Amino acid sequence: MIRTARLVAAKDLRIEARSRVLLWQVMPFGVMALLLCGLALGPDRAGRSPSAPGLFYLVVLLVALLMINRSQGIEASPGTRSSVATLGLDPAGVFLGKALALLVELGATSIVLLGGAVLFLHTSLQGTLTALPSVIVTLAALAAAGSLYGALTAGGAGAATLLPVLALPALAPLLIAGERSFYAALHGGGLWHWWVIIVVALVSYVAIGILLYGVLEDS
Amino acid sequence: MKPLVARLLGPATLALLAATLWMGLVVTPPDVTQGDLARLVYVHPALAWVALYLSFGTATIASALYLWRRTRSVVADRVAHSAMEVSLVFIALTLVTGSIWGRPTWGVWWAWDARLTSTAILGVLCVGYLALRRANDDPGLRARRGAVYVILSAINVPIIHFSVLWWKTLHQGATVFTAERSLKIHGSMAWTLLLSFVAFSMLYAWLVRARYRLEVSRERASDESMARALELRRREGAS
Repeated sequence: MIRTARLVAAKDLRIEARSRVLLWQVMPFGVMALLLCGLALGPDRAGRSPSAPGLFYLVVLLVALLMINRSQGIEASPGTRSSVATLGLDPAGVFLGKALALLVELGATSIVLLGGAVLFLHTSLQGTLTALPSVIVTLAALAAAGSLYGALTAGGAGAATLLPVLALPALAPLLIAGERSFYAALHGGGLWHWWVIIVVALVSYVAIGILLYGVLEDS
Repeated sequence: MKPLVARLLGPATLALLAATLWMGLVVTPPDVTQGDLARLVYVHPALAWVALYLSFGTATIASALYLWRRTRSVVADRVAHSAMEVSLVFIALTLVTGSIWGRPTWGVWWAWDARLTSTAILGVLCVGYLALRRANDDPGLRARRGAVYVILSAINVPIIHFSVLWWKTLHQGATVFTAERSLKIHGSMAWTLLLSFVAFSMLYAWLVRARYRLEVSRERASDESMARALELRRREGAS
């Protein structure tokens, strides 16, 4: 399973590195969305706004939707599904590999977006660095959930528009928990509630993915 | 021929709903502080119980049965589908009755309260389920994906619940299942509340059964339509 996961993750990341879609399309979109958030708040409220952690996670969610669609798009190319079926790859390994690749891509984009938050929204650098562990675990949960919801919508009619309808309600708790833990790192406050939500979500999504990804792949 | 329970379900449901209405509007007294507004307690909690627990519970069990190869059957898929569709109706009614209570109490139709927010998110989860089913034409694929989605949603129910509860809440605490295990409602009001739970649960069962039968009829009509089209094509080929 681990070997399959590494192979699938390496394959997805190699495709991403060659196409440069992440670098030239997704990251600029994320930065632009962050700038638009600042514009929506207005010049007087954009700097040091208590909304900065929420805006960061909102942009991360939008970026994640693009990446999930792209990650499943790779599998939709002619012959890929039949090749995976013929090779008899462990579905749990395929799920973990896709989630791992998505996590790396989300991580890379989030570093840029956190830099953007420090620069444009004036979040403190020290607080942002303190929030990094919670951001990484939240991204891991997002990647696991995203891989599952991506597989659910793959190949269906209007997959690109169906994904947000399915995924966003499920990702709402991660948005809340991530935002609250980021806020606590910046301004102080209780953290353990939010860590519980993030860790429970991560464990649940990984467990369901390992158990049920095969059912979706059989499709 | 329909079994006796199925024949009695509809009339019994209507009788219990009428009894709840009579008890709630005529027999029970108005509340000391909230007046007649408190009579919504005979509708709103029962709707929420059906929407959030009974419906999701039924759909989750049916979906788990569908995903387990030994118990996989089209019946489980139809039950899950019917339960989720009826759940959406009850979620909408829960939100509407909650808003009607919230406007005079909180001063707004919508508040960023834990239960309101989580119920609204669960409503979108139900819409997502129906959208997912419409996006897949193949019945097997539709059933498998739908079942996985319901399991995922069921896992999400407690996560959503606690996330919004810890985030912010205005909603009043439990009336019946309190932490101190003591009822906060008594006499005719308690009996009417209990009756409303039974009546709305039976209404739910009646609606799910009706939706299930509608689905069976729809599938039969679709099969017959396909058979007729094939027969027509065959005749065209022969002539």
